[in-house]
Amino acid sequence: MGKGETVKANNTNFLMKVVRNQCFIPLAALLLLVVINLVADPGFFKITLGYNAAGNPVLSGFLITILDSGSELAILAIGMTLVTAASGGQDISVGAAVAIAGSVLLRVLCGDNSRPETLQAPIIVAFLVSCVVAMLFGAFNGVLVAYFKIQPMIATLILFTAGRSIAAWINNNELPVISDPSFKYYGEFIPGIPIPTPVFIAAACVIIIGIVLKVTNLRIYTQAVGINQSSSRLNGLNPALIKVLAFVILGLCVAVVGLIKVSRISSINYSVIAKDIEMDAILAVALGGNALSGGKFNMTASIIGAYVIQFLTTTLYKFQVQSDALPAYKAVVVIILVVVSAPTVREYFSNFTKKLKLSKEVA
Amino acid sequence: MAKTDKKAAPAGKGFANKLQNASDTNLLLSITVIVFFLMYIGAIVFQGSGFLKPQTFFNILNNNAALIILACGLSLVMITGGIDISVGGITALISMCCAVYLDYKGGNVFVSVLIALAIGLAFGLFQGFLVAYLDIQPFIVTLAGMFFARGMTTIVNTKPFNVENEAFKALKMTRIIMPGMGSVNKKGVYIDAYIEIGVVVAILVVLIMFCLLRWTKLGRSFYAVGGNMQSALMLGINVKRTKFISHVICGLLAGIGGFVYFLHVGSGSASHASGAEMDAIASSIIGGTMLTGGVGNIVGTFFGVLSLSTIQNIVSSAGLDEAWWTGITRAVMLCLFLVIQSVVMSARKKRMAENK
Amino acid sequence: MEDNIVLKMRNIHKIFPGVRALQGVDFTLRKGEIHALMGENGAGKSTLIKVLTGVYGKEEGEIFLDGNEGAVNIHSPQDAQKMGISTVYQEITLCPNLSVAENMFIGRTAGAVQNWKKMNTDTEKILQSLDIPAKPTQQLESCSIAVQQMIAIARAVDMDCKVLILDEPTSSLDEQEVAKLFKLMRDLRSRGVGIIFVTHFLDQVYEVCDRITVMRDGKLVGEYEIKDLPRVQLVSKMLGKELDDLSDIKGDQQAFKKDAKAVPVFEAENLSSDAGIKPFDFHIEKGEVNGFTGLLGSGRSECVRAIFGADRVTSGHVKVNGKSVKISKPIDAMKNGIAYLPEDRKMDGIVGDLSVRDNIILAQQVLKGFFKPFSKAEANKVADEYIKLLNIKTASKDTPIKSLSGGNQQKVILARWLFTHPEYLILDEPTRGIDVGTKVDIQKLVLKLASEGMSVTFISSELDEMLRTCSRLVVMRDRKMVGELTGEDLNQKTVMSTIAGGDK
Repeated sequence: MGKGETVKANNTNFLMKVVRNQCFIPLAALLLLVVINLVADPGFFKITLGYNAAGNPVLSGFLITILDSGSELAILAIGMTLVTAASGGQDISVGAAVAIAGSVLLRVLCGDNSRPETLQAPIIVAFLVSCVVAMLFGAFNGVLVAYFKIQPMIATLILFTAGRSIAAWINNNELPVISDPSFKYYGEFIPGIPIPTPVFIAAACVIIIGIVLKVTNLRIYTQAVGINQSSSRLNGLNPALIKVLAFVILGLCVAVVGLIKVSRISSINYSVIAKDIEMDAILAVALGGNALSGGKFNMTASIIGAYVIQFLTTTLYKFQVQSDALPAYKAVVVIILVVVSAPTVREYFSNFTKKLKLSKEVA
Repeated sequence: MAKTDKKAAPAGKGFANKLQNASDTNLLLSITVIVFFLMYIGAIVFQGSGFLKPQTFFNILNNNAALIILACGLSLVMITGGIDISVGGITALISMCCAVYLDYKGGNVFVSVLIALAIGLAFGLFQGFLVAYLDIQPFIVTLAGMFFARGMTTIVNTKPFNVENEAFKALKMTRIIMPGMGSVNKKGVYIDAYIEIGVVVAILVVLIMFCLLRWTKLGRSFYAVGGNMQSALMLGINVKRTKFISHVICGLLAGIGGFVYFLHVGSGSASHASGAEMDAIASSIIGGTMLTGGVGNIVGTFFGVLSLSTIQNIVSSAGLDEAWWTGITRAVMLCLFLVIQSVVMSARKKRMAENK
Repeated sequence: MEDNIVLKMRNIHKIFPGVRALQGVDFTLRKGEIHALMGENGAGKSTLIKVLTGVYGKEEGEIFLDGNEGAVNIHSPQDAQKMGISTVYQEITLCPNLSVAENMFIGRTAGAVQNWKKMNTDTEKILQSLDIPAKPTQQLESCSIAVQQMIAIARAVDMDCKVLILDEPTSSLDEQEVAKLFKLMRDLRSRGVGIIFVTHFLDQVYEVCDRITVMRDGKLVGEYEIKDLPRVQLVSKMLGKELDDLSDIKGDQQAFKKDAKAVPVFEAENLSSDAGIKPFDFHIEKGEVNGFTGLLGSGRSECVRAIFGADRVTSGHVKVNGKSVKISKPIDAMKNGIAYLPEDRKMDGIVGDLSVRDNIILAQQVLKGFFKPFSKAEANKVADEYIKLLNIKTASKDTPIKSLSGGNQQKVILARWLFTHPEYLILDEPTRGIDVGTKVDIQKLVLKLASEGMSVTFISSELDEMLRTCSRLVVMRDRKMVGELTGEDLNQKTVMSTIAGGDK
């Protein structure tokens, strides 16, 4: 009997460990979604190899769609995680900033003519310019937060409002269209490779941030600032600078997303591009089990969280939910998440389970 | 515009000294009112006589009645130290629900008002509960509220449409003539100046909210909670209930504002009132409500809305009528006032510290 | 029972996890007296106050009010207020954005409508009767701290309080303001209010109080009439040393011999910071251990914070190893080989959610630079090394530091700074709130480090420790440097009389 109990105890210990792991919540949510889809329609998981209009081999299927369109979210989740960790708030201007980055990119590529026959500048140059611009806007947010001590969400509200207008202004409110097929490579397929390019870009970003976290002190610095600002100052850190840095890195992520977004349609729609993506990015961070009030973070969990959100989105689409109605469902998920993780609720439940245990013991 | 304001601060040093003894609320209110009048006078001088016609001013009111009401709710929440960004979404949802009810269900106008109030109140109650009693960040809660409302709007009805209900149309077209303020148009015909019903509602709301905040104990406890939550608790104020009530009132005002908006536009659409939460927050901030809570004035908010829409009018009459200019000028104004707040308050704090 | 007793606390016990914060404490307050509650940090003063005001519950003991027979139960500060016990804290608990009158009346009057006129006239009356220099319509924030404090007191008095607790009200006031406050206190005394006055300033106690209750280590030391307890005796009671048995604990430390040619490791001239410290000169030699002593609030922490650049330095000239340097922020000090273990471990020391390992390497990591992180293996090695060296008890090096005990947290912070291999180590209250064994460990370590050539500044509330470790003591009083003791003067008696100042 004793033996059985220890085995049981070991099992529960192992279970506890799994449950405690930060990746548990997003993975469990993923599993739930997979099961729902399996029950509803196993065809959801079918992947087929076909040929697109240009005669190139392409993979298609819902899973590919998730991987493909989840790329932007995963990339933004990286930056958003850092911003959340360092500043204890979220940046709600990322969608608008993506519009700006995309607009800058197109402007450089098009030059003065909104429908150029040929590219007016190498794509790489245009991309670099858009990176610089996006990072500058990130720095603007960061300075408002770190030096003027404005709450992150309010500070980024400014760019949230102005961003799409600025994006339109950059191109004189024209809708540039790029006809060069090579520009499409970044948002669709590179000829001969059946996997969408954004998947590779996202993978590259994930690898890069992995390396950056490895070869720099980004992780420990942001965490220290987010957990205890006063203490980190006494350890020689400059908390304000690190917060700005986090926002600048998010700016870089925004620029990459901007490239993918405009490349997908070879054009831009200022009011639609990356709409509501800030909500999804924040949700990804929260789903990854990272405290929205800052401090410790788990990048892997955030990135998994991003793909889970995309999984949810795609599933909802499959169930014929309109794209404009999506936010309603996600809002419900957000509310459930924040309520469950609210300290008061947790306290209530732990008291509740304690009482249960007590009454059991008494019985 | 921005420039005149920035210059005004250091130039009017004697004035600033006078203001030093004013409360934070009055200080920021004065700045707002001065900025508004400077701006309006500037508009008259540089943009011509259009701004001299009373109807121009009344049109600003007509177009922004809903915003004034929404901004009042936001000011209240912000004074209490919170934020609510769901009001725009709620407005859209209300417009759509009322439109569907009136047209498809053939309902009457009075019930549609009740629907509007009920929706606003429901959001207020739920969000207030989460914020006050479960202690969840108001921004996250109301962000979810905003997305929920926007999503629901589409779920209720996808396509935008105009309301054809006769009783409603009659109410919508009701104009209140302002005697003696009309003007003569190009053809030499005298046209009466008018305001819409929404404006009357908005002004009533402003008056009621002003009285609430100024002359009731509840009103003062909003300031106390926003000023210092811990102190308010020690002074015997029920902080949680106060926060809860602030969100409930804000929700209710979103309900009223939503209907006024609906009355003004007379249609339902998922894209209605997009960015209204932003405008409402900006108006409050421009009107001297501090983001950190505890400081603010409904009269300031009123002028904040007027300033915001006046600048929009100036921008469009200056020939920069492309839509994006509005967004940019508003953001610039918001940014400017945020920075002014930050700078003015820290300078004041410093002076006070030196006085000791 | 005596008639004039307003408050009687009997045999109060309070236990926190692992600590017996109060053990059988009695306290009696009479009508119309100002009663000082004295004791060093951790003596249990604030716990006693919090039990009285219903912030904490008590394990055992009874509280009687007004000479009544029945004991009362106080569950919350609101409860206490209703029973006539009001508290005015060091941090103002009024709303800065409201007017003076509102702060007087908010949250305690019936009805829904705010009658400004009546409120302002009522306030005017109260302010005049108590001679408080403020206008009812003025915004509270525009009043000086002293006036704000007086308004808080006025509010309490107007709520018909019988017991008024003043918890360190004077620590941020200047002399004139203190005088005003005392006038108000005397005024209230003459009206029959019983006042409990918690303070660290001895001068003030002797100026205004009638009686003193001294506490130490959660126990009552005694209650004394002010005239029966001279200053030096009070200090000795607070520190727990009888004057008569001041058998000189001559420290283990060797009298420090200065190498005549050597330049000081650190030298400051006319240094001051925005934390309110008067400009001071200071120097420390290689291998020397010195200390700052003085009662809490005397400015000893502010001095070392100024040295480290933790507060904004407002004046002064600093030399490290004879070379002029500029230290305006902590990283400057760190680069010059200075390390600082802060007084407030929780707020300024630990980074709670980070692991023990990350907490140990943090400072050195920052010094090394952004692009040169320690590899995991290195970090683990360092962590293991210091966990072993300092005997840190932790489940693993991945455990978040916040789940360690206070003493072990302190050792981790110590490890953090030792790992930066400083030339000059500042330890501000490294032994506060930790067990005896660890205290001894830390003292030994300090001496060992000094013998290896490190300069150490050591601050502690416990004089014993200072005498055992330091070869030179800088004495602080009222944010001023008032003396420097070396050699023969390093005994309890001299130190205490220097701390106490005034009459001897």
